[in-house]
Amino acid sequence: MKTPGPQFSHDSYSSFFHFLSTHQPDLTPVSRWGQPILQQQSHYELSAPRPSPFTHGTTVLAFKYEQGVIIAGDRRATEGFQIAENRMEKVFKTDDYSAMAIAGAAGPCVEMAKLFSIELEHYEKLDGVQLSCEGKANRLGQMVKANLPLVMQGLVVIPLFVGYDTKRSVGRIFKYDITGGRYEETEFHSVGSGGKDARLLLKERFKKNLDHQAAIRVALLALANAAEEDVGTGGPDPIRRIYPTMKLVNTQGVQDVEDDTLSTVWEELIHARSKEH
Amino acid sequence: MALPYYVSPEQMMQDKAEYAKKGIAKGRSIIAIEYERGLLLIADNPSASLFKISEVYDTIAFSGAGKYSEFENLRKAGIQHADLKGLMYSREDVTARSLANSYSQTLGTIFSQELKPFEVELLLAQVGEKPGYNELYRIAFDGSIVDEQRMTAIGGRAEALLTYLRDESPEALPTLQQAVTLCKNAFERVTEQHITIEGLEAAVLDRDRSGRKFRRIPSSETHTLLS
Repeated sequence: MKTPGPQFSHDSYSSFFHFLSTHQPDLTPVSRWGQPILQQQSHYELSAPRPSPFTHGTTVLAFKYEQGVIIAGDRRATEGFQIAENRMEKVFKTDDYSAMAIAGAAGPCVEMAKLFSIELEHYEKLDGVQLSCEGKANRLGQMVKANLPLVMQGLVVIPLFVGYDTKRSVGRIFKYDITGGRYEETEFHSVGSGGKDARLLLKERFKKNLDHQAAIRVALLALANAAEEDVGTGGPDPIRRIYPTMKLVNTQGVQDVEDDTLSTVWEELIHARSKEH
Repeated sequence: MALPYYVSPEQMMQDKAEYAKKGIAKGRSIIAIEYERGLLLIADNPSASLFKISEVYDTIAFSGAGKYSEFENLRKAGIQHADLKGLMYSREDVTARSLANSYSQTLGTIFSQELKPFEVELLLAQVGEKPGYNELYRIAFDGSIVDEQRMTAIGGRAEALLTYLRDESPEALPTLQQAVTLCKNAFERVTEQHITIEGLEAAVLDRDRSGRKFRRIPSSETHTLLS
C-alpha cells in the first residue's frame, strides 16, 4: 500500500552500496555471481559438504586493550592443499576510527572490505559527518546479509569489525554470522579456520587494560599458536620478514603496528620459549 | 487577451538566462585560491552547519553558489559519480576534468530542455602533486565551463572579487595565513560589510596530507590564523 503524502527518495540514505545495487548491480558481488550459478547448481545437493575450490583459511582476531582495540590477522591464503599467497592482507582500515578483518573466500572478502570502506567514506562525504560506531557495525551486517546467495555456493565471508566509539570513548568489537546477524563482544573474539586455537590462547592470556606492548605480544602469540595448530594459518616468518598484519584502533585513530616492532616482539617470544625447553 | 503561441528560441534562452543569473546574483560568493601547500576554498557563509564547500574525492573539492537544493543535488551526484568511477577503475583515475565535463553536460541539458533552468554556479578544484599543477573549473548555469589558474570565484560578486584578488595577491604563492587574510579582505571590500570569522567557511586541499587531501578548517583555527 502506498502511503499518501510526500516521501523522501531512497537516495537520501547516503548509501553507496544501495546506489550501486540500484544503478550498477553488475558491480555488486551478489548479482554478478549469486543468482545464475545458484540456478545452475539447483539439481546438485547444495548442502553436501565438498572441498571448496576457492581460497580459504585464516585466523583473524581482535581484543580490547587499555586505549582501545587491537585487531590482527595472519598472512596466509590457501587453495585446497596449496598455499596461494603468503603476504595476503586480511585486516583493513575502513575509516579514521574503524577497521575490519575478514575470514573466508579471498576474492569476495577483499571486495567486501573495499566496498565497505567506500560505503563509510561515501556516507561521510554526503552527510558531512561520520557514521556512529553502531551505525557502521549495523551497515556491515546488512552487507554480510546481502552476501547470503554467495554463501550458498561456498563463498563464505565472515568479517570481524572493530571501531573506536568516539561518543562513548571505548573500543568496540562486533562479530557476524553468515546471515548478517551482528553480535557485540565484550572482551575478545577470533574467526577463521584457526579462530578456535587463537581464542583458546586469548582466553588464557587476555586481561583487562593490557598496555599496548602487552597487547601486541598477546596478539602475536595467539596468531602463532593458531598457525601451529591450523594448516590454513601462516605463522610469523622472520626469514622473509613476513609478520601478521596488526592495527591499533583508539582515540588517535587507526595505527599500523610496524614490522620492526613485530620482529622485535617475536624474537623476544622465541628467546623466552627456547629457555623453557 | 489571447496567449502568445510562439516564442522565439532566442527570446526563450535569454529569459531563462536572465532568470538564472538573477537567482545566482542573490547568492553569496565562494573563492578558491592557490596557496603554498595546495588550494584554499573559502565561502561567505553565516551557517555553521549547512556547508557550501564539500569533499568529492581524494584530491577534489566541490562548491556551489545559488539555490541550495539544486547545488546540493549536483554535489551528491558528483560524489556518486566519483566513488563509482574510483571503484570501477582506480582512485587515481577520478579527475576534476571528467567531473566538470559531466556537470557541464547535465547543466547544459537542463538549461536547454527544462522549463526552469538551475540557478547555480559550480566550482570544482583539484590539487596537483606540485604547485602550479592544480586545476580550477567554473561551471555556469547553462553548462558553459571555464578553467582558471591560481584563483577563481563564483556567486553573486564573483567578478568583483576576482578583480580585487588579482590586484592584491602577491607574486609568490601565499601561505595559508596570507591567503585567508586576503580572502577575508576581499569579501569585506566587495560586500562592504564586516565579516566575522564565524561567517567564513573554509577548507583546504592540502597536498601534504596522505590519502584524502580535503580538510575543513574549523573557525577556532581561522581565529588563530587571523590573529
